[in-house]
Amino acid sequence: MNIGVQRRAVRYFTTCGFWVFMTMLTLIPIWWMFVVSMRSRVELFGRPNLTLSRFFTENYVNVLTDSTFQRYMTNSVVVSTSNAVMVMVLALLATYALSRYKLTGRDNIFFWLITNRMAPPAAFLLPLFIMFTRTFRIGDWTLYDTQIGLILLYCVFNLPFAIWLLKGVIDGIPIELDDAAMIDGAGLAGVLRHVIIPLAAPGLAVTGILSWVFAWNEYLFAANLTSVNARTITTGLAEFVTVTGTNWGELAAMSMITLAPSAVIVILAQRYIVMGLTFGAVKE
Amino acid sequence: MRNPRTGWLLLSPTLIILLIFGFAPFLYVLVVGFFDWNIFAAESGLRFNGLGNYRRLVFDDLFLTSVGLTVRFAVFAIFSEVVLGFVLAQMLTRNFPGKSLFRIIHTFPLMVAPIAVGAIWRLLVIPGFGPVPFFLDRWFDLTYQIGSYPDQALATSVIMDVWHWTPFVTLTMLAGLSAIPREPVEQAKVDGANRLQVFWYVTLPFLRPVLLTTVFIRIMDAIRTVDEVWMLAGGGPGTRFTGIYIWRVTSPGASADWGYGSSISLITLYLTIVLCWLLFIAISGRRKGEVE
Repeated sequence: MNIGVQRRAVRYFTTCGFWVFMTMLTLIPIWWMFVVSMRSRVELFGRPNLTLSRFFTENYVNVLTDSTFQRYMTNSVVVSTSNAVMVMVLALLATYALSRYKLTGRDNIFFWLITNRMAPPAAFLLPLFIMFTRTFRIGDWTLYDTQIGLILLYCVFNLPFAIWLLKGVIDGIPIELDDAAMIDGAGLAGVLRHVIIPLAAPGLAVTGILSWVFAWNEYLFAANLTSVNARTITTGLAEFVTVTGTNWGELAAMSMITLAPSAVIVILAQRYIVMGLTFGAVKE
Repeated sequence: MRNPRTGWLLLSPTLIILLIFGFAPFLYVLVVGFFDWNIFAAESGLRFNGLGNYRRLVFDDLFLTSVGLTVRFAVFAIFSEVVLGFVLAQMLTRNFPGKSLFRIIHTFPLMVAPIAVGAIWRLLVIPGFGPVPFFLDRWFDLTYQIGSYPDQALATSVIMDVWHWTPFVTLTMLAGLSAIPREPVEQAKVDGANRLQVFWYVTLPFLRPVLLTTVFIRIMDAIRTVDEVWMLAGGGPGTRFTGIYIWRVTSPGASADWGYGSSISLITLYLTIVLCWLLFIAISGRRKGEVE
């Protein structure tokens, strides 16, 4: 009996110790960036000190009052939000069609949609650049360096993911509910509004949140398909590293601002995010 | 009641966007890969080149090196992530105080923008004030300089990737583990199986589909890795992965060799698809076997 208690205690403490250790490994890199963002240029050099000596907010103030950075941030917010809304609406309609209608080649369409997400994005930079600068041109206006261009482009990566996620959710809603609503006189819009949307709400929310985060985090396309007006926060971050000398404090402050929305989202909706991210892997 | 035409109508906006921004670029890459097209050359314009670009590709040392590096990166990173992720998931099945807090903290790296991940790790390893080179030098007398030592740069990329993506593996493994029925495990224990045997003969076969799908997703993502490694090392030696190489060759500003860039894009795409297809066969083949 006594031995059992002892063993359980040992096990308990090793478990706790293990988790504290793993958490340190996860957090120390981010903590270091936070520390760097709280230091002036001079304080940075010398022996690395992992403790926070004082609250030095000048880096944040500099970054946040910079008009270029403000524009980048506005662009990021506009692009991610519009993209998330667009993906939610289009994916809901598309998934409903794939789930409820007998369409020829339905499975092939579904598979093709998914393959859109496998491709290495770098492979499509060149054709997209040419499309953006030459193909879609009305007078002087091109898709290049516009928010709408980025919003549409991010759909290519977010829509397949959203449809994959929503397919399971909508397939799980019994078709009899649709039928019942239709017999009661509801049209397509009525079925979607009164049956599908309320029942698929958590799935839709996860889709929206994750699409938003993917769009916010995207770098490669934003860096190559925008130049001045539609640049986003991630490209701003990459531009910061220059050959002549980077202000690391401001870079860290900017990175902290970039990852702030993700932190808030994880804290508020961790469970749903996990559901969305692991869905594909676990379903099959 | 359900007219297919309505279905197509609902599906059409999605299909149109994906055809224009997903499929058209693919066709474009397919066609241009057979042409010689350098916009800064004397006669700019498309010149048919047959398989010339692909012949050049086979002898392109930079490309072959990048493929080799990407494979090494993917193998090291994914192997470590799977082992570590499994251990973490196994530990998460136990109860301990503050479990939900730990889960939140461990989900966090997944949501951080890759470019910010690169920035985080760059700040850690930067010579001059980063703690990693400083403490490695002080404690182990090791000169750490990712700009000069390709192996160190590769290792740092792997560690960064493990930091970034292990949570994903942990989460899928945890979901897989909690879906395993209790009876077979109990039965095996009654029959006198030790822990290792239970793991090997019961847990692992149940976990196999989840494991394969996770690896599948991770391979696709590892091949595409660009942002964080670029931010970490700026394309220095040891980190010129295929994604970065394609980007540098095809990016409109850097190089103007568009035909060749297209052929590289296509071959990478092809390799990714073949790999995914093989894995897909491995997964679905196994499932057919289970039914029989």
